[in-house]
Amino acid sequence: MDRGILVKDFMQQIKRALAIAKKDIQNYYKRGPVIIFGFLTPLFLLMSFLIGRELEPSMLIPSLFGMTVFFSATSIGPAVFPWETRTKTLERVLSTPITLWAILLGDVFASFTFGIVFSIVPLIVGIVLNVSILHPLILIIVIVIGSFCFSSLSVLLSVPPTDQPHQIMMLSSLIRFPLLFISGVFVPLSQLSDFSRFVSYISPLTYFTDISRWITTGVSFLPVWVDVLVLCLFCVALLGLAIILHGKTIQKRL
Amino acid sequence: MSEVAIKVSNLKKRFEKIQAVNDISFQVKKGEFFGFLGPNGAGKTTTIRILTGILKPNSGDVNVTDINVLKQPSKAKEKMGIVPEISNVYMDMSAWDNLMFMGKMYALPKEQRIERATKLLKRFELYGRRNDLAKKFSKGMKKRLLICMALLNRPEILFLDEPTSGLDVESQRIIRQIIRKYNEDGITVFLTTHNLEEANRLCDRVAIINNGKILEIDTPETLKLKSKKIQSIDVKFDKVVELNALKSELSIKSAKKVGDLFRLYTNDQHTLFCKLVDYVREQDLRLLSVKMLVPSLEDVFVQVIKKQKMGAK
Ligand SMILES: Nc1ncnc2c1ncn2[C@@H]1O[C@H](COP(=O)(O)OP(=O)(O)O)[C@@H](O)[C@H]1O
Ligand SMILES: [Mg+2]
Repeated sequence: MDRGILVKDFMQQIKRALAIAKKDIQNYYKRGPVIIFGFLTPLFLLMSFLIGRELEPSMLIPSLFGMTVFFSATSIGPAVFPWETRTKTLERVLSTPITLWAILLGDVFASFTFGIVFSIVPLIVGIVLNVSILHPLILIIVIVIGSFCFSSLSVLLSVPPTDQPHQIMMLSSLIRFPLLFISGVFVPLSQLSDFSRFVSYISPLTYFTDISRWITTGVSFLPVWVDVLVLCLFCVALLGLAIILHGKTIQKRL
Repeated sequence: MSEVAIKVSNLKKRFEKIQAVNDISFQVKKGEFFGFLGPNGAGKTTTIRILTGILKPNSGDVNVTDINVLKQPSKAKEKMGIVPEISNVYMDMSAWDNLMFMGKMYALPKEQRIERATKLLKRFELYGRRNDLAKKFSKGMKKRLLICMALLNRPEILFLDEPTSGLDVESQRIIRQIIRKYNEDGITVFLTTHNLEEANRLCDRVAIINNGKILEIDTPETLKLKSKKIQSIDVKFDKVVELNALKSELSIKSAKKVGDLFRLYTNDQHTLFCKLVDYVREQDLRLLSVKMLVPSLEDVFVQVIKKQKMGAK
């Protein structure tokens, strides 16, 4: 086929994905309770962190960054597919010329936006606690990549073809919390046992937190370029896997 | 350009235990108003989902306006407008935003989205409520909005899956009237329904489907004529007449009492009527009422479905 046509088709699908993202935000994210919860979650995490401990703010903020972006970017995303299966809006969308990958990418975009917006909370906390941001540009880049990566995970979590959002939310909690604990968020990688560290490498959050520590303290466990590279690979792998697996289950949703 | 809008060959679809669509083939001509008639569970929705590229069949082929739906679903969908059976609009968006969203799905430029949405909302008597959230709409209004969404891309073929079932009379009327208007303007319409009256009034041709098989496919009038067997005459006499005596006197096989009148079945109304007149004279009866009944589409439908059941046994 003509390359011009292919590019045009691709761009049209991207535009459709953006429309899906806008629709998601309008329907699922732009709600009072969701937003309030989005703001409160990192603050609660912060408090539970601080109770009974003396922590350097420069060690605290990276953890808070990791948890906040991870939790906000995976909070609503998994529920969108089961919800739309249930309300049958999914069938409505599928009957238009949008491709499945563009629908999923749109869901990722919405989740991604949510993750980015709430990364402001740890940023503000950091400023209040007078934590110095050594590499502001890298911070922005890592928030973007990390948020995209966790959003892809959230879309991957909605693969089982159920129309019950609460089932997926349960599954999602079963995966998110263990991931949080193995990711060197509470204890830096350098202080983990060899086994724990080995396990931590399966979680994308590990790399995100490692970079965040470098941004506030100048010290990271892995070379920063390795962290960034692995995060990027996770983005591709998670989104790719989500597209392939949704492709297999989508027919069961009708 | 061919004159065929939809071409379906040997379509089969199986869900675990159920053969939902069992080897169906048919064609719909450009500009035709085509009805897909069948009881619940017949396979109508499954068929329409396959034709619109949403569901993959186990085997068979579908072409819509020369585009192979199975190979190029996105391209085919650009030519279609689809009103799914139990689909929904986005409840937390206004009617207007729902339409704008749909316009983006069809990659329409902004001016076109606005212009077409305005026209459609006016035509479907929803313009005054365009900024209300869809969740405030009645069932009929939601359905009308769904049809607007399906028409936004100026489709060549409009697929409607039971568009009027369960709606208030006013919404039904508006929907039927507008769909017919669109058909007159040249859009091919593929409509599924279990409402015989609707099929009879709207469709140029209907296919009767049951258990995933097409049993008959023709114009409503031809279908009625074809089933001559179930022509009948309703009569009412002034005196009591015994049903079996009547049957043997008139030498007819099938008759029944319906309230205070007799329904006499025949495949030749004229001859039966002449016999009836003779009979009345001989027996010195008075005819209180006589009515020649041509079969309705419903009679045809019931007969066709019954025949399939007998065949299955
Ligand atoms: N997703 C599905 N999974 C399993 N069975 C299905 C599914 N969709 C439809 N069926 C079955 O296929 C048959 C045809 O259904 P359908 O096409 O919805 O009929 P209709 O629209 O004519 O009422 C029914 O027996 C129905 O139970
Ligand atoms: Mg149906």
